Amino acid sequence: MAAREFWKRHENLYFALTNKKVLIGISIFTLMILLAIFGPALTPYSYDEFAGEGYLPPSKDHLFGTTLMGKDVFTRTVYGLRSTFAVGFIAGTIATLIGCIIGFLAGYYGKWIDEALMMITNIFLVFPLLALLIILAAYLPYRGIMTISIIVGMTAWPWTARAVRSQTLSIKNQGYVNLSRISGISVFRILREDIAANMFSYVFMVYILQFSGTILAAVGLEFLGLGPTQGVSLGLVMQNAVNWNAIQLGLWWWAILPGLVLTILVVSLYFINTGLDEVFNPRLREM
Amino acid sequence: MGKYLSKKLLIYLITFFIAVTINWAIPRFMPGDPISILLSRFSGLEGGREIIEGQFVQSFGLNQPLLTQYFNFWRSLFAGDLGISIYVFPKPVINVIKEAIIYDIILLVPAIILSWIVGNKLGAYSGVNRKADNIMMPFFYFLTSAPYFWFAVVVAFIFGVKLAFFPISNAYSSTVQPGFNLPFIFDFLKHWFLPFLTLFLVQLGGWAIGMRNMIIYERSSNYSKYMESLGASDRLIRNYGFRNGILPQVTGLAIRLGTVVSGALLTEIVFSYPGLGYLMLRAILNQDYFLIQGCFLFIVIMVLAANFIVDIIYMIIDPRVRLSYSGEV
Repeated sequence: MAAREFWKRHENLYFALTNKKVLIGISIFTLMILLAIFGPALTPYSYDEFAGEGYLPPSKDHLFGTTLMGKDVFTRTVYGLRSTFAVGFIAGTIATLIGCIIGFLAGYYGKWIDEALMMITNIFLVFPLLALLIILAAYLPYRGIMTISIIVGMTAWPWTARAVRSQTLSIKNQGYVNLSRISGISVFRILREDIAANMFSYVFMVYILQFSGTILAAVGLEFLGLGPTQGVSLGLVMQNAVNWNAIQLGLWWWAILPGLVLTILVVSLYFINTGLDEVFNPRLREM
Repeated sequence: MGKYLSKKLLIYLITFFIAVTINWAIPRFMPGDPISILLSRFSGLEGGREIIEGQFVQSFGLNQPLLTQYFNFWRSLFAGDLGISIYVFPKPVINVIKEAIIYDIILLVPAIILSWIVGNKLGAYSGVNRKADNIMMPFFYFLTSAPYFWFAVVVAFIFGVKLAFFPISNAYSSTVQPGFNLPFIFDFLKHWFLPFLTLFLVQLGGWAIGMRNMIIYERSSNYSKYMESLGASDRLIRNYGFRNGILPQVTGLAIRLGTVVSGALLTEIVFSYPGLGYLMLRAILNQDYFLIQGCFLFIVIMVLAANFIVDIIYMIIDPRVRLSYSGEV
């Protein structure tokens, strides 16, 4: 009886946990996190070490084979996965925060604040972000994971701001918000208790999308040789593979597997997102 | 209509203005003194001393006040002077870019248009057919999640190495004579196909998913239900839904242009296809800052122009905007 009460109160959680897409997505995502945390402990090599003969296809000793020079691809991938997760968490959080703040302000205050903020947002939106990131990163002589995350996060927020703004607009004129306003409650409290609380599910989905979006942007930068100057990243592994003609030489394990891990990670986030979409939008649930 | 377009134009102009300003400001205010790196790199090259005197004193004018430097920068920009490349020394950057940008256009334009059309059709079909939906959707999720350059590697490996149907580097073989002759055109198309295929496939998933969701929404709307109760065919209902769903998809095209162009840049690198992306990588590896900045500027211009074209298309196909312009409504 108590269980039933619980699920009734947390209806969305119930639908989320019974949604196949969400479950598959979360399982894969968890697996990836575990791989990033424990992967380096599982492999006896370090990422820059020449771990064996070159040109070895995947085997028990080298799960993902070795590079042309004999570095262990699996080791490089799991270390790279770590930095990818770090970028996703930091940059995704920054982008979501900036997007929410700008979206809230524009949607709530309207008038010239809205005009000005949306102008900035639209400009950022048409700007090809990779080009902007390249020009910023190319002039930084030293780049750490933090620097990369910050510049990626600072440029990835615009569509979030637009989406949050339109959500805020639709909530703003509801009766209970008007009531709060007449009661003289501070704007900050209205934003937090009336608007943000009602958008939580939406913002959570935005965060998932930002997570995967910032990961892809960062990997693109790394692939151009503009990633962190030290350590290893997934983009760097793939860049090395392309530079050393791994495709032509038939080292598919080097050229394809690290990217496959990344793609599976992004697919899992996508699954969680569309699954949650079905959970929160009953119309889609029927399909 | 005029208001809509002029507002958009204003945004594009401001964006262009900001791009140029970034280009001007970054070498001057970034840590690590990039200008002195540039100076030292030029002085090592033959004839570099004259360029330092010409380029740096005139268009950079480092001994002048910042505002004057800024105006001079704009002036030399409109004169088409973007500096001298180090990577292909001593060619002017503008000429290097002119040669490269053609490859971007012949790759991007067909890929974007075809992918958009085919993706929307597949999505609409998948929205009404449960069986097709279950088979195609996982595939579309995969496509839309795959990073462009990784997918390029997969395509290159399967079609270029395993099956060996197509070459996987450069825009044409060194053995053919560039020009308007059949062997060259055939050879060119063969080199062009795989990068094109990559860009075509990667975008496909996004369009299909978007259109599918749109059709599902439309199908649960009252007009669809009414048509269904009248006994209209699935096809007819789908077509009406399609017409409603197509407008958001055009807007989506505008939003995604930047991503597509960025993806194309990375794809070119995998295929050593000599467009702006490949040029950019060479420029980064050679610390050729003038060339990096030139590429940056032209990528921005390219995306802005494409956005503007999409805006015009949107106006043409949206019946509300179109009819209000011709005075019928």
